[in-house]
Amino acid sequence: MAQHQDHHEVDAHTGVSTTGHEWDGIRELNTPLPRWWLGIFYATIVWSVGYWVVYPAWPLITGATKGVIGYASRIEIAKDLALLQQHRATQSSGLAEASLEQIKADPSLFRIAMAQGKAAFGDNCAACHGVGGGGSKGYPNLNDDDWLWGGTLAEIHQTLQNGVRVAGNADSRISQMPAFGKDGVLKPAEIRAVANHVRELAGLPTEQGADLVKGRELFATNCAACHGDAGKGNKELGAPNLSDAISLYGMDMASLTETITNSRAGVMPAWGQRLDPTTVKALTIYVHSLGGGQ
Amino acid sequence: MALQETDLGDLPLFAPTKKVYPQSVSGPYRRAKWLILGLCLGVYYLLPFLRWERGPNLPNQAVLADLANARFYFFFIEIWPQEVYYFTGLLIMAAFVLFLMNAVAGRVWCGYLCPQTVWTDLFLAVERFFEGDRRERIKLDEGPWTVSKAWRKSAKHFVWLMIAWWTGGAWVLYFADAPTLVRDLATFQASTTAYAFIAILTFTTYALAGIMREQVCNYMCPWPRIQAALTDDEALNVTYRYDRGDPRVSVKQAERLRKEGQPAGDCVDCRQCVAVCPTGIDIRDGAQLDCIQCGLCIDACDNVMEKISRPKGLIGYDTDDNVKRRIAGETPVYNPLRLRTMIYAALILVVGGAMVWQLATRRTVELSVLHDRSPLFVRLSDGSIRNAYTIRILNKRPDERPVALTVHGLPGIRIEAVGVAATADLRPVVSVAPDSSREVRVLVTLPPDVHPDKTQTITFTAADLFAGEMVTATDHFIAP
Ligand code: SF4
Ligand code: SF4
Repeated sequence: MAQHQDHHEVDAHTGVSTTGHEWDGIRELNTPLPRWWLGIFYATIVWSVGYWVVYPAWPLITGATKGVIGYASRIEIAKDLALLQQHRATQSSGLAEASLEQIKADPSLFRIAMAQGKAAFGDNCAACHGVGGGGSKGYPNLNDDDWLWGGTLAEIHQTLQNGVRVAGNADSRISQMPAFGKDGVLKPAEIRAVANHVRELAGLPTEQGADLVKGRELFATNCAACHGDAGKGNKELGAPNLSDAISLYGMDMASLTETITNSRAGVMPAWGQRLDPTTVKALTIYVHSLGGGQ
Repeated sequence: MALQETDLGDLPLFAPTKKVYPQSVSGPYRRAKWLILGLCLGVYYLLPFLRWERGPNLPNQAVLADLANARFYFFFIEIWPQEVYYFTGLLIMAAFVLFLMNAVAGRVWCGYLCPQTVWTDLFLAVERFFEGDRRERIKLDEGPWTVSKAWRKSAKHFVWLMIAWWTGGAWVLYFADAPTLVRDLATFQASTTAYAFIAILTFTTYALAGIMREQVCNYMCPWPRIQAALTDDEALNVTYRYDRGDPRVSVKQAERLRKEGQPAGDCVDCRQCVAVCPTGIDIRDGAQLDCIQCGLCIDACDNVMEKISRPKGLIGYDTDDNVKRRIAGETPVYNPLRLRTMIYAALILVVGGAMVWQLATRRTVELSVLHDRSPLFVRLSDGSIRNAYTIRILNKRPDERPVALTVHGLPGIRIEAVGVAATADLRPVVSVAPDSSREVRVLVTLPPDVHPDKTQTITFTAADLFAGEMVTATDHFIAP
């Protein structure tokens, strides 16, 4: 237990005065702190006062003291960002001047394009196509070799630049499949027959009792103009290949029936209107490199 | 009201710092120390200037820590960042060497090799040059400020600072091409970092070797504590042979006592051993934490013994056991081959051997593979399944190398690299620039008629087409 006693008591043994504190008979000597230690302590106090004056420090009701040198972390950030822009600009100028083929052939330009493309992809494209471009139902997988509109650098660039079904953009990619059911062109039973024929084209098992002959006939009159007799598709028209192992909306009966009845009309923004030309170039290179590029 | 008297007598917990004025001394140990000092400092200050031919693309400095390019060069060895375990190995070895030194001959490290000792010794020599030996220095410090005192003191501090500055300067030379950096430093073209490090090291050298000296050993260094726990009765230590020295009497008295057949020690209590001691202790009090085992007291006492025509070695490297043996009338022995020393030596050999082996068998091509996480696999239009990987190939040699990639582990499996042309046998050949690494996106495809289980292990091989070196890495192939 601490007990207050006379402060000026001197310990006879060491000749040092005590603090007057005593714990169970043990007294505390009043040993002064080393001078260097005190010196540093006072120096920190002086330093902190200087700091208050120089930097923003004291909170006020509507803000904080500004400090005499006008420092603010926001200004620092703005400076850093400007520097980054500058740095990017020098890198991007190389991309801006080179053609897509030249970028692809030049290892250093290619590296820059890949890095920029990857970042831009994450910001703009990943929401629909997935982080790695894996896609999902209705959103094309960019890693595979099946392209609605073609997988060469130029074709990918064109799709990116002008988008798909962008209103008011004449260069936009547009494919138009009729809504055979909704528009009353085909009756439900006919749609079932066509769907079964499409499964047959893709090498998938058909329903029992399906009228495959009628399906083929209906396909030839209604669908072959775009998809071809064998369902191989046509990239000029954006008509998908129905005979391969990949499908955008699913090849089960329910999905096929839905597609034929109501048609599908996926959209993609015209990135040329939103992003600068170099970024679109970088995105083209990146998407092309994902694995399906032709 | 006095506090209870304790067994500590009147010893305070901490004695106020006393300035130590080590006296100069001559003798074999002092000579050894000068020699080691010259060697160590010579290596330290000059090593960065040693050249080593490495070819056109690499720096020609024998010892260089190239932080900007993340390489470390040590003569014929070039170490990449992922190989820093060599340094771990070196540190482990250093610890064992220190243990071994300690078991064989006490704190020889402290007394002869420690940078603190080496630079303090050098700084003391400078002090002695300007302010004279022990007696003159004490007189100078006690005396009033005179012109002579002022210039002696300032000259000393100036030279100290020059040495400290040179020390910091030499340090930064290990991190860049030395001759270029020297020129840049002189013309104020070098980086702020370089100047900052020189400033820091100038300050620490000046403070540690000039001002703090023995206090670093006594208060800051952990090694005395550790070594106190490691030492044993058979380790050599600087020892005052009290069996021979005590009782301490003057020369005349000793002669008289010996004539009378009475016991008289060889120590004449001249305190020479204390005067020369750089840590200011009295070795005659026995082994103590403050003793750095520099052996200077041995030289001092031997000189005294020579003068009074007594045998040398009143103070010497000896073991506790030997003192006891002599008291018991046995012959002293020293046995460096003890279980402890042999275990340390064996450990050093094991770690060192492992490192040499590792170095000898290390490859100059490395391969690392990372499977794409999204998507894990892709089905292609013909039904085949494809996985994508990011591959990094390291080329540690100073010339460009074509590296062919192959993959196996599943029937019909194919590999292609994005943006890389394949050779006739369908292997993509990636050319990797000298002393660098290259990352490529790799697509691995399995034909549609192969239906693997969900996950299969496949092996990637990178073969250097020139040197024939080959490395492999395994990863998974994932299927639906
Ligand atoms: S006691 Fe002797 S060996 Fe120890 S530090 Fe002093 S002079 Fe050196
Ligand atoms: S130098 Fe030798 S003789 Fe002199 S005091 Fe020390 S031990 Fe004794």
